[in-house]
Amino acid sequence: MTSSPRLFSILRQGSCLIASIHTALDDSQLVVFQRDLVERIGRERARGVVIDVAALDVLDSFATRTLRDIGEMARLRGAATVIVGIQPEVAFAMVRLGLHTGAVSTALDLEEGLALLDWRLAGPAVRGP
Amino acid sequence: MTTREDGAVTGSATTESAAARTTEEDDGLLPQLVAHLREHRTRLREEWVGRIHGAHLLQAMTASEMVAETTSVYDNYVEVLETGSVEELQHYARDLSERIIPRGVETHEVVGIVLLLRDVLARSLFEKYQGDMLVLNRVLDAYEPAANRIANTVAVSFVDERERVIRQQQDSIRELSTPVLPVRERLLILPIIGVLDRERARQLTEQLLTGIRTHRAKVVVVDITGVPDVDEAVANHLVQTVDASRLMGASVIITGLSPEIAQTLVTIGVDLSKMDTIGDLQGGLEEAERLLGFTVTRRGGAGGP
Repeated sequence: MTSSPRLFSILRQGSCLIASIHTALDDSQLVVFQRDLVERIGRERARGVVIDVAALDVLDSFATRTLRDIGEMARLRGAATVIVGIQPEVAFAMVRLGLHTGAVSTALDLEEGLALLDWRLAGPAVRGP
Repeated sequence: MTTREDGAVTGSATTESAAARTTEEDDGLLPQLVAHLREHRTRLREEWVGRIHGAHLLQAMTASEMVAETTSVYDNYVEVLETGSVEELQHYARDLSERIIPRGVETHEVVGIVLLLRDVLARSLFEKYQGDMLVLNRVLDAYEPAANRIANTVAVSFVDERERVIRQQQDSIRELSTPVLPVRERLLILPIIGVLDRERARQLTEQLLTGIRTHRAKVVVVDITGVPDVDEAVANHLVQTVDASRLMGASVIITGLSPEIAQTLVTIGVDLSKMDTIGDLQGGLEEAERLLGFTVTRRGGAGGP
């Protein structure tokens, strides 16, 4: 990972990865985050990714696009992504700016996000499309 | 009446020159004037009440209230004429306003009765001094500025008090306006009643989004049955609120869209594809329960409780 003080952490929980962003990241740090996370998905053979942004009080267009890109890349590498912990003010500011997370789903917090992934990973497999 | 009216008009025009001419002599006039008004208090007050009735003012008041209020206003009036202290009157006017506003007394009534009192007293002064035009003029010069100041003070106090009451009511309406009610685990309802303006829409968003976080809601039913109409800005705001809720992991179901609002939304071309709407609150709650996996069944057959 990075050599500087840790700006984010990526932890493994079962077949899921939990990526927490600890503080506001600038654009280059976001790129590092994206690279690390997508690389870890392959290495850990993760089926799901939870990205926790609860610590952020702003999500700009670049950050939103990066998160959306991560979701897309994770899907291509076989993992479903959930973004959790978007604060009320952040959520409304994003909508005002016309930003959205696209196909990536969102959940209230880490617990909800993991539950959603569990349901996603177990549900369709049992029922089958 | 005509004469007095003329006197009032010319009186105010000549006030300055008259005051400059006879300042020392006028010092004795005001106490004399006040003494006269005190002496004929009962008669003048009754005459005033008669005029109030004649003008159909203060009809919300009973006869005894009328006596009490008019006596009080009269005494204050004379006192303020005597002392020139408007503070006392201001205080009284505020107090009066507080008591009569809830009874639906209008501004024009309050101003009207004070002007009537001014007229009644002016006429009585006219009758007393009409023998000597010079004295009469000086009396009116002393009386009119004071009387006008009183009328002004009462009107301003009344309007201030009214505005204060209105502000207070607006605040309480605002506080009550957007309750966020948990009905089941992870299910909130927001009933909205009344006109949804920008300020309320902004408040709605704030309450909804913080409510989602506080109650860990997954589904929110926003019922707008009680909203008569929305404009484009508010409609867009609603759509944005729904999107923002989704970012926080909650689905929003809008219920009770009136035909007018539905038409507005369609006409202004708001993107409704992502809006989950259901006809009424009952249907909305059933859908919410379905989303959350609740099933509600009636115990013991279809007979009901």
